Amino acid sequence: MSKEMTIHLKYWKQNGPNDAGHFEEYTLDNVNEHMSFLEMLDVLNEELMLADKEPVEFDYDCREGICGSCNLVINGQAHGPKARVAACQLHMRNYKDGDHITIEPPRAAAFPVIKDLVVDRSAFDRIIEAGGYVSVKTGSAGEANAILVEKEKADAAFDYATCIGCGACVAACPNASASLFTGAKIAHLNKLPQGEVERKNRVVAMVDQMKEEGFGDCSNFAECEAVCPVGISISAIAEMRRDYMKAALRGD
Amino acid sequence: MKLDSKVPGGPLEQKWDKHLKDINLVAPNNKRKYEIIVVGTGLAGGAAAASFAELGYNVRSFCIQDSARRAHSIAAQGGINAAKNYPNDGDSIWRLFYDTIKGGDYRSRESNVYRLAQVSNEIIDQAVAQGVPFAREYGGTLANRSFGGAQVSRTFYARGQTGQQLLLGAYQAMMRQVHTGKIKYHPRHEMLDVVVIDGQARGIITRDLVSGELNRYEADAVVLATGGYGNVFYLSTNAKNSNVTAAWRAHKKGAAFANPCYVQVHPTCIPVSGDYQSKLTLMSESLRNDGRVWVPRKKGDDRHPNDIPEEERYYYLEERYPAFGNLVPRDVASRNAKMVCDDGLGVGETGLAVYLDFRDAIKRDGRDTIEAKYGNLFEMYENIAGENPYKQPMKIYPAVHYTMGGLWVDYNLQTTIPGLYAAGEANFSDHGANRLGASALMQGLSDGYFVLPYTIGDYLAKQEPGKRYGTDHEAFAEAENAAQSKIDKLLNVNGNRTIIDFHRTLGKIVWDKIGIARNAEGLKSAIEEIRELREEFWQNVKVPGEKNNYNKYLEFAGRVADFFELAELMAQDALDREESAGCHLREEYQTEEGEALRNDEEYSYVAAWEYKGLNGKLEEQLHKENLEFEFVELKQRSYK
Repeated sequence: MSKEMTIHLKYWKQNGPNDAGHFEEYTLDNVNEHMSFLEMLDVLNEELMLADKEPVEFDYDCREGICGSCNLVINGQAHGPKARVAACQLHMRNYKDGDHITIEPPRAAAFPVIKDLVVDRSAFDRIIEAGGYVSVKTGSAGEANAILVEKEKADAAFDYATCIGCGACVAACPNASASLFTGAKIAHLNKLPQGEVERKNRVVAMVDQMKEEGFGDCSNFAECEAVCPVGISISAIAEMRRDYMKAALRGD
Repeated sequence: MKLDSKVPGGPLEQKWDKHLKDINLVAPNNKRKYEIIVVGTGLAGGAAAASFAELGYNVRSFCIQDSARRAHSIAAQGGINAAKNYPNDGDSIWRLFYDTIKGGDYRSRESNVYRLAQVSNEIIDQAVAQGVPFAREYGGTLANRSFGGAQVSRTFYARGQTGQQLLLGAYQAMMRQVHTGKIKYHPRHEMLDVVVIDGQARGIITRDLVSGELNRYEADAVVLATGGYGNVFYLSTNAKNSNVTAAWRAHKKGAAFANPCYVQVHPTCIPVSGDYQSKLTLMSESLRNDGRVWVPRKKGDDRHPNDIPEEERYYYLEERYPAFGNLVPRDVASRNAKMVCDDGLGVGETGLAVYLDFRDAIKRDGRDTIEAKYGNLFEMYENIAGENPYKQPMKIYPAVHYTMGGLWVDYNLQTTIPGLYAAGEANFSDHGANRLGASALMQGLSDGYFVLPYTIGDYLAKQEPGKRYGTDHEAFAEAENAAQSKIDKLLNVNGNRTIIDFHRTLGKIVWDKIGIARNAEGLKSAIEEIRELREEFWQNVKVPGEKNNYNKYLEFAGRVADFFELAELMAQDALDREESAGCHLREEYQTEEGEALRNDEEYSYVAAWEYKGLNGKLEEQLHKENLEFEFVELKQRSYK
């Protein structure tokens, strides 16, 4: 039979970007070990609402680690203690009876708080908007097998393309840099012949946008790679910087 | 209400080309005078928004998530079908069409399905050009795998994350157009109503989910690409925010809702573990390529699965369906899992699970090969279930996954409200009574990239360019007021039961009585129970917080209210259809072997429901679109 635990929670409450915000505390009894972390928060909110208290807002959607909506910082770690999972796939069996858990939003100037644990990550959209695509119109594509792509390259492109855009990399970075997110999209498209054409313009446009959004620079702490729920390699950042330097030096 | 499917005449192979030749075009300098609203940014909505903008139309794109990239298409795992015939195994457009019609148990429109098969190849070309990193062979060509309901390998895939990669392709195409200014982008906005003026869709009412503000947007046409309604069951593989609200409110404004009882229950999901459970997780059907499904032959056999010898394992799909084995279509696999569990052979703590075993595949191909194919799925399973599928079989059980029913659309994907279109899972069009694996991605992208961009032009060409009624028109005011009073009503109930509690209770009724198997008695009692619970909902629901703020529970309350109404229509529709077809199994109508028994004489129609009112009871009028099969012969489906 499954185990039940008592968990002491401390969670962030903040009513909009201009509110100072504060922590609140609550103890949950009967936390089942098979619950996901977000299901535990559902239970917390049910109890709060039944006691006429305000629930804590947090972002979520797919609850299977692929949509990238959830972005909780749990005891100081983006997505919590388990490597290579998003918070929605963290299960309470990773905790023990009597544990204290602190839950915060990612703290970054480029991710202003909307409410409680919910933040505005639209800066990520704007980085993609600046150049994170192949400029091909619907209908203009050639036959799919006309351009052969080495399996190794296709696999490597996939490894970068798997980024879920959650922002854990920003949350974990002491500089709140979005280099891993940006580098991953650049590396994905660069690995493929289809993306090669716009390589130079893309890196300049995306890196410049990243700076404009107020994300910090990369100082090689590698915290981003450690917390990334899909294991994006930090080599994406090296590649991005190399390409940016090359493109900037050429002045085009 | 008159249903006109507008299917072009002529031979099946030439219908779409003929239609393209006949429909009206909008001149490039006029395109910029039109505005199109696209609600939803999944495969259908994202692809449509990007393609419209590329053509020169002005587009407004709305989604409820914080970014277009999070639409639920992202969670599709296994792959996308196309009739490329790269493996040289005898595939063709005809065969993909035929498999899809047969897979849907002959309850879809021939013309639509044929068109879907025709454009399937272009979708692959388009996605590759966008940089979608599909799996490849060592020679550099694209790789394929097989999926249920087909005897050819026509499924293209990107590990177990095909939906993610295709969605990011569409999202990136869309963001490129946001950059050019052709798309105005509104994430965190929920559509609460469609505005109809002089019988035409002219705009929508939205709620800004951050500020709580209601807004009016006017346009020349509106596309709903808002997904399916699987979350009516509370537990499903859908994302938590997936909902029927946009489609349902359009239905109440005059759009017919078709075949609401056709709900796909996916056979390979991680079983329910407790009451706190908030969603179910799918394990891709592609696993059935290598995994073998079994239960112990002996009831109550509580030995560890690895200790149960070969001869005491009941590989029920392989035994009952030797031709297709573990790759039977989803409806067949789900029904059989339910049958063996009903017979007491189920495994796990609840007895509601069967094994999906990779032991033999690992022995045959080696762990590395299996890991390369399914590594991320195995990891996901281990995270959730806490067991290692390399070492012991997975436990799986069917769960609600996809809804074939949806807004009725004609060949142009227009609903019964002129100017209102529905695409992707939100419409009913292509999958009949059962969808084949890897066909949802195909349909969403087909609608978005290759159907709507043409057909919407045909409608717009007949509208006066730049005509505006203004958002202070009374139809906008009425729609906004109605949306506002619904929100106020929800907040004012101030009862004692939480929204989740109501939703979970509703879901249980729907699962028990309108789930894998249905019968007249159960359906009638479901209608009573749904009405009673709906009544209680409006008197006793507890919705916290304020309307002018970010308030996720308020969003949910509105969606659950709509699910309560839809659920009654599902039961009504299931009750009307006195036959079994695909996923709709009426226990009264089965073959001796327990397979779905269709009644083509009387039920070869699309059930399109027209909303008539709600007063304790849901009043809906049935309209029938007869399905005529000119090109395929209707047969009892057999996968034996």
